[in-house]
Amino acid sequence: MGELAAFIILSAITLASAVVVVTSGNIVRSALSLVPTFLGVTGLYILLQAEFVAGIQVLIYAGAITVLILFVIMLTEGGTGLRVRQTNEQVPLSILAAAVLAVLLVGVLAQAPWPRAAELLPQYTASGIGEALLTNLVLVFEVTSLVLLVALMGAIIVARRER
Amino acid sequence: MVELAWLIPLLPLAACALIMAFGRRLPGHGAYLAVAGIALAAVLSIGIFFQMLGHAEPYEANVRWMLLGQVPLDLGIRVDALTTVMLLVVTVVGSMIFIYSIGYMHGDPRYPRFFAYLSLFAASMLLLVLANNLLFLYAGWELVGLCSYLLIGFYFEKPSAARASMKAFITTRVGDFFMFLGILLLFLHLGTFRFEDIFAKVREGALGPLTIGGLPLLTVAAVLLFGGAVGKSAQVPLHTWLPDAMEGPTPVSALIHAATMVAAGVYMVARMFTLFFASPGREALEVVAWIGGITALMAATIGVVQDDIKRVLAYSTISQLGLMMLGLGVGGYTAGMFHLMTHAFFKALLFLGAGSVIHAMHTNSIKEMGGLAKVMPSTYWTFLIGTLALAGVFPFAGFWSKDEILLETLHHNSTLFALGALTSFLTAFYMFRVILYTFMGTTRSPRAHPHESPRVMTGPLWVLAGFSVVVGLVGAPFLGNPFQGFLHFEGVKAVPFSLGLAAASLGIAGLGIVAAYAVYYWKFVPSSALRRAVGPLYTLVVNKYYVDELYAVAIVRPTLWVAGALRSFDIYVIDLLVNLIGLGGLGLARLYRVVDIYVVDGAVNMIGVAVGLFGQTLRYVQTGRAQNYLLVIALGVIVILAAGLFR
Amino acid sequence: MQVGLTHFLVVSALLFCLGLYAMLSRRNAVAILMGIELMLNAANINLVAFNKYVAPAALNGQVFALVVITLAACEAGVGLALVMAAYRNLETVHVDEINVMKW
Repeated sequence: MGELAAFIILSAITLASAVVVVTSGNIVRSALSLVPTFLGVTGLYILLQAEFVAGIQVLIYAGAITVLILFVIMLTEGGTGLRVRQTNEQVPLSILAAAVLAVLLVGVLAQAPWPRAAELLPQYTASGIGEALLTNLVLVFEVTSLVLLVALMGAIIVARRER
Repeated sequence: MVELAWLIPLLPLAACALIMAFGRRLPGHGAYLAVAGIALAAVLSIGIFFQMLGHAEPYEANVRWMLLGQVPLDLGIRVDALTTVMLLVVTVVGSMIFIYSIGYMHGDPRYPRFFAYLSLFAASMLLLVLANNLLFLYAGWELVGLCSYLLIGFYFEKPSAARASMKAFITTRVGDFFMFLGILLLFLHLGTFRFEDIFAKVREGALGPLTIGGLPLLTVAAVLLFGGAVGKSAQVPLHTWLPDAMEGPTPVSALIHAATMVAAGVYMVARMFTLFFASPGREALEVVAWIGGITALMAATIGVVQDDIKRVLAYSTISQLGLMMLGLGVGGYTAGMFHLMTHAFFKALLFLGAGSVIHAMHTNSIKEMGGLAKVMPSTYWTFLIGTLALAGVFPFAGFWSKDEILLETLHHNSTLFALGALTSFLTAFYMFRVILYTFMGTTRSPRAHPHESPRVMTGPLWVLAGFSVVVGLVGAPFLGNPFQGFLHFEGVKAVPFSLGLAAASLGIAGLGIVAAYAVYYWKFVPSSALRRAVGPLYTLVVNKYYVDELYAVAIVRPTLWVAGALRSFDIYVIDLLVNLIGLGGLGLARLYRVVDIYVVDGAVNMIGVAVGLFGQTLRYVQTGRAQNYLLVIALGVIVILAAGLFR
Repeated sequence: MQVGLTHFLVVSALLFCLGLYAMLSRRNAVAILMGIELMLNAANINLVAFNKYVAPAALNGQVFALVVITLAACEAGVGLALVMAAYRNLETVHVDEINVMKW
């Protein structure tokens, strides 16, 4: 019962903030609304017994990425506060596409007979993740770190001022 | 020799073809070739004559032309006594005239063409006399008519010559039309064109009881055939073309309109004599005789008052042809043909002599001539011989032949005899009138410088004069009349010679000569007084009995009116219809043009415009903006998804 | 009523579509990137939900979600660097003013 209530509240927060993100006329407001969205998602992770992922979500998303976005808004004069039109001419068709897709996805996903598993998650998922990352999925781990390195270097090169 | 008879018409025909093809490149500009053609034909004719003299049978050669149903149609040639006489006349007289023409036509710009036409004429005439069937006869008949037209109109730049040639052709055409009707009538009832077949059937009485329009068929057919002769031989009422035909060069007048072509009518009557003879009551022969007699007298009267030397001779020819018809009509088969033969020689001679005179004096009018006897002796003496022959003075040719005709006439009908006798008187009168005006006395044109004609012209004159002297003797009774023996008609008995009549006819001729001297030389009775004495008769005769004027009003004018009416019809009705169709086509074309421009081109252009518009519209898809492309991708994915879900 | 797989799936679907809407209809390049982040988050929710309800034994879903978060971070960094570079050259962050791809 409590779980349901928690779920509903968290979903509401997430979706409502998401709506603000996508529809706000003020770009800064959009960016800042990302925080409750991510935090809502974090809550959903916790509901799903994925504590480690939730933690990482907060650190990375609500922390690094949001700040990054705000920095870029600042640096690109998007947030001057002037009343600039934020949406383009595709709004009606986009609404249509999104709505239809939503209907289709919900319809398919809700209807599909997913095979429910009998066993439960291990009690401490964090250790499970760590173990998996360094034994079964070590390649994934290493490659991901490589990708991080490359992306880092690439971002620096792309964003650097021309000399 | 007689088997080569088919060559006779072909020789001048070949000459004509070669002259037409090569003309001036030939030696003598074609004249020598023409003379060679006719001379060779003359040699062959003489050879055939000697062969036939030995009482040879008539020779026929046939070629099967076609089958009319079951009946075969054979065409060919026939050589008998009649043919032989005609061959001799045509080729011998023709040769003389051809030679004469070398000199007469010298310097003419169309010299080769003249000889080509002359050769063509010779070929046609020879075909006519050699024919053994009505078709060839008619073919030759038409061809000589064509040559006459071409030669009369030889100086076609002169409007009078052009008119004369047309008048000749059309007038003889009227006669030819009747002749063709006669031929058709015979063919319809007898089924054959060949003379001997026709004669055999007629003698058997095939056409005996048949009538057409109430008249006996045989008589009608014979008279229709005679219609052609009336036209071709210039008998009344179709005589008007011959005087006008004098527009042609003099050799043409001599050959065609004196000696040969106009004699074709007489020849035809002689050839078809069986038909005429067999007609009930000899009515056909009566028609022939009366027309001949009336023509003879009428033409002689007109000849008296003519001033153009060639016109006198023309009317003389008409008169003499009338005499020949008269002779045939009263049953004098031999007499008529005899006169044809003698007339050919002396009339040709007279014409050639006239040509010589005209050549020297550059005028045709006898009133402008005079005293030529001393200047042109050859011409004078030969002309005199010809005149004596024509007048019928013993022993020249005309005496014998005319005497025979008068003899036959006397025994047939006294009125006809009177016509013949009066004609003889007038003939002598007008011919000597011409001689007295032309050759005697002093010249009436002091500025003219006449001189004798060259040898090439006087030579033939002397040859013909020689013939005019002796050729009559073949019919001389005291020589046994060999001509009669050679050429006669079975069933007709010749009237025996009468010395009294011979003397009488000589007397008549003499009277005429004396009368001419009285009026024109001794001037006992001046011609003007004579003219006043006969008053209105003179006017009538000078205007040629107004026959030409009658024809102009009664025939020519209505014909022209009809022609004009037809022309109007053609222009306004037929051409209107044709032009309407043309306009219709034009209108349709304009309509098509409009349709083509606005509808067809419109459709085509519309496709182009549509494609352009489509392109213009599609252009907006390429915005260059990624978000637009993203939207399309998203929509596409959704569509695929939906399709996959709702399949 | 128990919270089941379906609930999470619905939420993630809605989130995804909101992200799609943002991506298609916003002019600011940064807003588009925000939409992309939302979509990635929706995918992550799906992964973790499936991990719990369908294949709990191996924890692959969660590891996958972690990798996704990592990659999202990389991508956000590079993307924003690109926006900065584009802003420097083209003087604008509004993507509908950039139509260089037309030819």
